[in-house]
Amino acid sequence: MRNAFVEALIQAAEEDPRIWLLTGDLGYSVLEKFADRFPDRFINAGVAEQNMVGVAAGLAMAGKVVFTYSIANFPTLRCLEQIRNDVCYHNLPVIAVAVGGGLAYGSLGYSHHAVEDLAIMRSLPNLAVVAPGDPHETRAAVKALVARGGPGYLRLGKGGEACVHASEPVLAEGEALRLRAGGAVTLVSTGATLPMTMSAAAALAGEGIEAEVLSLPFVSPLCPSVLGQASRIVSVEEHGPGGLGGALAEALCDSPVRLIPITLEGGSCGMAGGQEYLRERQGLTVERIVEAARKLAA
Amino acid sequence: MPLSQPNSPLLVAPATGLEERLVLSGDEVGRWRNAGGPPTPRVLAGKAREHALRMVHRAKASHIGAALSMVDILAVLYADVMNVWPAEPEWPDRDRLIVSKGHGAVGLYAVLGELGFFPKEEFETYGQDGARLMGHVSHKVPGVELSTGSLGHGLPVACGLALGLPEVRTFCVLGDGELNEGSNWEAAMFAAHHRLGNLTAIIDHNKIQSLGRVEEVMSLGSIRDKFAAFGWYAIDIDGHDHGALRQAFSEISDRPTAIVAHTVKGKGVDFMEDQLAWHYKSPNDAQLEEALRQVAA
Repeated sequence: MRNAFVEALIQAAEEDPRIWLLTGDLGYSVLEKFADRFPDRFINAGVAEQNMVGVAAGLAMAGKVVFTYSIANFPTLRCLEQIRNDVCYHNLPVIAVAVGGGLAYGSLGYSHHAVEDLAIMRSLPNLAVVAPGDPHETRAAVKALVARGGPGYLRLGKGGEACVHASEPVLAEGEALRLRAGGAVTLVSTGATLPMTMSAAAALAGEGIEAEVLSLPFVSPLCPSVLGQASRIVSVEEHGPGGLGGALAEALCDSPVRLIPITLEGGSCGMAGGQEYLRERQGLTVERIVEAARKLAA
Repeated sequence: MPLSQPNSPLLVAPATGLEERLVLSGDEVGRWRNAGGPPTPRVLAGKAREHALRMVHRAKASHIGAALSMVDILAVLYADVMNVWPAEPEWPDRDRLIVSKGHGAVGLYAVLGELGFFPKEEFETYGQDGARLMGHVSHKVPGVELSTGSLGHGLPVACGLALGLPEVRTFCVLGDGELNEGSNWEAAMFAAHHRLGNLTAIIDHNKIQSLGRVEEVMSLGSIRDKFAAFGWYAIDIDGHDHGALRQAFSEISDRPTAIVAHTVKGKGVDFMEDQLAWHYKSPNDAQLEEALRQVAA
């Protein structure tokens, strides 16, 4: 996803001279392409995220559209108040980009697990919170965030994610993308859990349960009407409580819709481990999605 | 010029063309484009102190000491230095000012209202339900660039403005207690590294912060030496001496400039001066009357 991101950003920057990229001293072998192509619009702001976001806000006040790049929680929680006060309150086009959403940097330890970010960021005003499900969605999300013009948070996986979409979809703010049709139950995924959600749908089909699969990159703003007629929903995310599942629960609680959120469970994960291993340890598995869907479809 | 250069005034023409602009503008720098122009800094500062006192009295609000200590800095900036235009607050070519010590809001509102950025009658709404004149500096007020109130936010944003708008000057007023916030020192490194010669930080060094004297809470030592060590051109001046302020603002370097303005908290009202209590207290009727008498003198 990170390569798709930087390719999409370069493409956008070719067309739009307002686009700048700031990094918090991360992005080795990823950002060089942008830096080489647009040296006057690229700044390594050093290991200083609060200042990076403040500078981005100032540049945005000067008419620029600024992407700030780092990994895990560094471009969000480390400088949360700068995002809240300087960017969101002033409604400036500054888009924080985190590589390593969820447990993508699993083996690096708790500091590098971004598993509360969706809940925290979606509470901020004016901020679009976007977690693309594959490299194609990542490209579409960059375009959607630039077109939107306001504050954004783009939560990426890491690298090497499989493509789920056959080609780049058209993505407008708040829109859901349908990957699979089915009437028995709706599986809604945000971010990098899209492939495992597709696997769950395939497993369900083997049991005769046809599941609709929606990818919902925009966790915020979220309008429940994008879910159409769905009345039995399993939400899937690589995140603790308060993310997509929480957002859907808030939006749907005064409706007859049934919702089972599949999230990471058990709090912090104090051990080394790959992404797959840590997902499983915290209950984020294809089996659990299938089980929830079965329950709703029954 | 190496960043390790000793701290000495550098009157080098910056790449941004600032010097050229100053030469071309001459005495006109900072003068309004509309007829009349601003009052003198002395008149502006006196009026601003009066408005600020009336606002905090009416609203029973805090922070008058912090507002009064920076009024002279703002008065000189607006009357003599900055290219701004009250009739058109968002004029694109304006110089930018960020007041990072957002709790000093009434000082800034008083100056802006006196200059006509908004009607002076609006002072009466300060702190009232639904008003845009909030207790901390608010960008909802015409002429204000950035809402502040949480300390340590202004200087990074000022760096971004200075970088994105090389053709104008960006000023940032900070408190001294505010320098406890580490984000300022991130910005100090950034500004020096990027040679933001069009950036000027003014530290309102009134020596008192929220719970005590700056030297007792967490000693800053020499603020000038700290900024100089970070690669800025840094000077100490009397922050209530309009001539010294004007001179300091006229010195252009190819590096960012830190003006350590030695000030007195509550300046202009003898019973408020250098008193921690006036970070919090609001004058009663009798105190207001006496304070207004003193600032009018």
